Amino acid sequence: MRSMKKLMLAGLAATMLSSSAFAEGLSGELRVFSDMSNPAPRAVMEGMVERFGAMHPDLDIELTVIDREAYKTQIRNFLTADAPDVANWYAANRMGPYVNAGLFEDISDLWAEPEFAALASTKGAMTIDDKQWGVPYTYYQWGVYYRQDIFEELGLTAPATFEEELANCEKIVASGRACYTIGSKFLWTAGGWFDYLNMRTNGYDFHMQLARGEIEWTDDRVRETFANWRKLIDMGGFIEDHQTYSWQEALPFMINGDATAYLMGNFAVPHFRDGGLTDDQLGFYQFPVINPDVAMAEDAPTDTFHIPANAQNKEAAREFLRFIVSADNQTMINAGDALGQLPVNAGSSVDDDKFLKAGFSMLSNDAPGGVAQFFDRDFSAEMAKAGMEGLQEFMVYPDNLDDILERLEFVRQDTAE
Amino acid sequence: MTDTTAAAPHHSWFHRNRQTITPWLFLLPGILFFTLYVVYPIIQSISLSFYKWDGLGEATYVGTANYERLASDRAFTVSLFNNMKWLLLYLLAIPAGLFIALFLNQTVRGIRIYKSLFFFPFVISQVVVGLVFTWFYDPNFGLLNGILGAVGLGPINVLGDPALATYGIIAAGLWPQTAYCMILYLTGLNAVDPEQIEAARLDGAKGWRMLWHIIVPQLKPATFIAFVVTIIGALRSFDLISIMTNGGPFGSTRVLSFYMFEKALSEYGFRMGYGAAIAVVLFFIMLFFIAYFLWSMYQDEKGR
Amino acid sequence: MFPTPLERTSRSWQIGYQSLLPVAVIAWLLPLLAVAMFSVKPSSDFTGGDYWSWPSRFAGFENYGRVFTDSPMPRYILNSFMITIPTVIGAVALSCMTGFALGVYRFRFNLVVFFLFIAGNFVPFQILMIPVRDLTIDAGLYNTKLGLVLFHIAFQTGFCTLFMRNFIRALPFELIEAARVEGITEFQIFWHIVLPLMKPAIAALSVLIFTFIWNDYFWAVVLTQGPQAQPVTAGITSFNAQFGVAYHMLSAGSIVAALPPVLMFFLMQRHFIAGLTLGAVK
Repeated sequence: MRSMKKLMLAGLAATMLSSSAFAEGLSGELRVFSDMSNPAPRAVMEGMVERFGAMHPDLDIELTVIDREAYKTQIRNFLTADAPDVANWYAANRMGPYVNAGLFEDISDLWAEPEFAALASTKGAMTIDDKQWGVPYTYYQWGVYYRQDIFEELGLTAPATFEEELANCEKIVASGRACYTIGSKFLWTAGGWFDYLNMRTNGYDFHMQLARGEIEWTDDRVRETFANWRKLIDMGGFIEDHQTYSWQEALPFMINGDATAYLMGNFAVPHFRDGGLTDDQLGFYQFPVINPDVAMAEDAPTDTFHIPANAQNKEAAREFLRFIVSADNQTMINAGDALGQLPVNAGSSVDDDKFLKAGFSMLSNDAPGGVAQFFDRDFSAEMAKAGMEGLQEFMVYPDNLDDILERLEFVRQDTAE
Repeated sequence: MTDTTAAAPHHSWFHRNRQTITPWLFLLPGILFFTLYVVYPIIQSISLSFYKWDGLGEATYVGTANYERLASDRAFTVSLFNNMKWLLLYLLAIPAGLFIALFLNQTVRGIRIYKSLFFFPFVISQVVVGLVFTWFYDPNFGLLNGILGAVGLGPINVLGDPALATYGIIAAGLWPQTAYCMILYLTGLNAVDPEQIEAARLDGAKGWRMLWHIIVPQLKPATFIAFVVTIIGALRSFDLISIMTNGGPFGSTRVLSFYMFEKALSEYGFRMGYGAAIAVVLFFIMLFFIAYFLWSMYQDEKGR
Repeated sequence: MFPTPLERTSRSWQIGYQSLLPVAVIAWLLPLLAVAMFSVKPSSDFTGGDYWSWPSRFAGFENYGRVFTDSPMPRYILNSFMITIPTVIGAVALSCMTGFALGVYRFRFNLVVFFLFIAGNFVPFQILMIPVRDLTIDAGLYNTKLGLVLFHIAFQTGFCTLFMRNFIRALPFELIEAARVEGITEFQIFWHIVLPLMKPAIAALSVLIFTFIWNDYFWAVVLTQGPQAQPVTAGITSFNAQFGVAYHMLSAGSIVAALPPVLMFFLMQRHFIAGLTLGAVK
């Protein structure tokens, strides 16, 4: 009898009250699968579940945290076999296979709510076929982290143009160092380099056309990007043997001063600090201008939450997503003592951290060209894999370029079918 | 065989036929398991290789398109070629194992410990062997470059050089595999007929001639097993590649088993049907050897 | 005996041989010894870029201690045991039965069934991967230890049957004949006559399967994820991700992961080698 009453009340509430008031009546079980397995993100995830649970005492929330790398291959299993109500994933094309297979819930209804206007900057990255398939909870800038102290020692300043960059690099190499450290064993780091070089050479729109498979890899404009890259490679700008290192294994080169800079995502900052670099030693600059005619665009990968199509408790899941994107929550979870990244909600405030502030200002003011997700999120899965492999090969054997591009073009045509 | 049933004609049907039924009852659980997890999946994989399927949605029948695609896929050619390298070079484990076995086939104090220590790499998981050798080859601090440097050579980046990486991984694989072959030969040497050796010695045979004409023929059963396990090991090479290079640099160390996994189930792989086609090719290469093994065993069975 | 026993060789070769042995062992195990040394170095040795000198102090206790306290390693090890032991029991039990059936009875399809088991045992894993994964998911056993155990039992049955059948073939058949004459049922023959004689084979096979399953990596990656179910071979990769470039920790972790089968080998050496070399002599 009581449950009947509850149901009727809930029904009334649903018709009369706003969505958040309706949520008071949430019950049942909410299963959340998360890839936030590193210690800090894990604490953030657990904190969110706890706070959401406190708001909905009748809701039984079960959180499963899966190793971040393992998650990337496991998601396809649980989406089909054992779908949770909420799951982590990434924006842009990386959602493609699951959206196309009908495994993610269309949540355009959420995005139509007024509160979601504050997330407008990422709406494009969450959209496939004019519908939205997930919500963002954090993003982070990419850019060049460099050894300020070594730059000062050599009398260099952060470059604003590619010419300055090359001039700097020449001096750095002459001092017996490499300009950049990179560990390309797991390929994606090379994707970051291509993203920036291509967006600076040919612009954001061209880059995205290439990502969608609308432009041939053998196009002269693509070759131009590689030609710019080659300038840095030929002068010995990158550390040797990078194809054997993971991105973490490449960190010591910068920390020990054998290399002066690292094109990376902001998640590397705690590692630099753990390695003993102070904020006085470590600086950040935006990837320099190559072609002044194209607007500056940036890589800023967005991490997301989705509702699987096979979820059991979609009502609670929707409410959980509303909670995640709320301005207060995003401020809290992205703070320096939590994720240490950037909130997506325009109403949130950014932590008072040197690199977060720099990144936020860069993305808000100095990226008029657009914001890309990242090579392996913007390109289709198969193209991304073959592409990054080719990029790695190019970095080691730049003379193989023609062969590499032909191979990539073959994959592009093959995946376009 | 039939005298028990004849002695008890009035017994039940089961009792009369127990010689026929009992073996099947004992086989039943094993066969059920084996069919469900091994035989049936092989058939399923073969059938899947004629479909295009991303592992998420519906599969569509594409005929032999997957196989046609293999022909123009450079990564497949590279993998196949690497498989051949593995097959050939892995066989070095057999003479190497024989050599170490001959070296250790003495009865001095503590030889048992030495034998165990030599065998010990085989017991360690390939994952750990892979890690150990990755560090051994590390261009920055690896022991290998330390040794090369001491004799005025190097440095080399074994796993970063597409011309060397596969050989580097095979060398790591040979380490436990040689140990395995060694133990097979040590056991085989124990069973060599001492009288024949003495007789040959009286005839003046020694050294290589003795080894080749008297010892090796008697070691034939050990050699056969060593051959079987080495071939299987070579075609199963997955763990080491996955740990040591993840198929790189730029795909140069892939073999079919790794490429198949990459295409079907890895982070960027969504081609189940294509992966199945690669697996089928691998299966048929293996089938060639399986047929040879079974034929040898059949000859043996007939001889009994 | 070949080669010529040492007693019958020259004095100088005897001394040469005796001194060559330890050198050869050290050379053979060099990559492993390096890792063992890494695992007892303090982290400060590595941050100084000093990889190859003798450990500045013995840090074995803290490194190995951290493997157990600061990582999910104990969990992975426990999982490995919970996967390995049931598999050993299951595969040995099934193959005692199949081996008995194929070794004792003569029937029409005996060799066919036997060869089917052997052939299946040689098959490349990859051809089973997609269907077995789907089967496991459909059965709701994905990412469970049970899912992995069931597959391992099924697959190992091939090899175990080969082993058991050949062992039973070598048993004195007259015992079974005599029992039949006395009217003992077939099941009792299995239970009271054949099984006790199979003890050495069971021991050898158990040790062997323990090592095989403990060291499995491929199926662990295909059928499990994360610390709930993953065995240590797969877990070590996330352990490595956690500790990044802390080589002293990675080395200690690798050694911990490798240890159980190594101990098993040294404790049960006789059985182990008996198992491996079955068939190497006729």
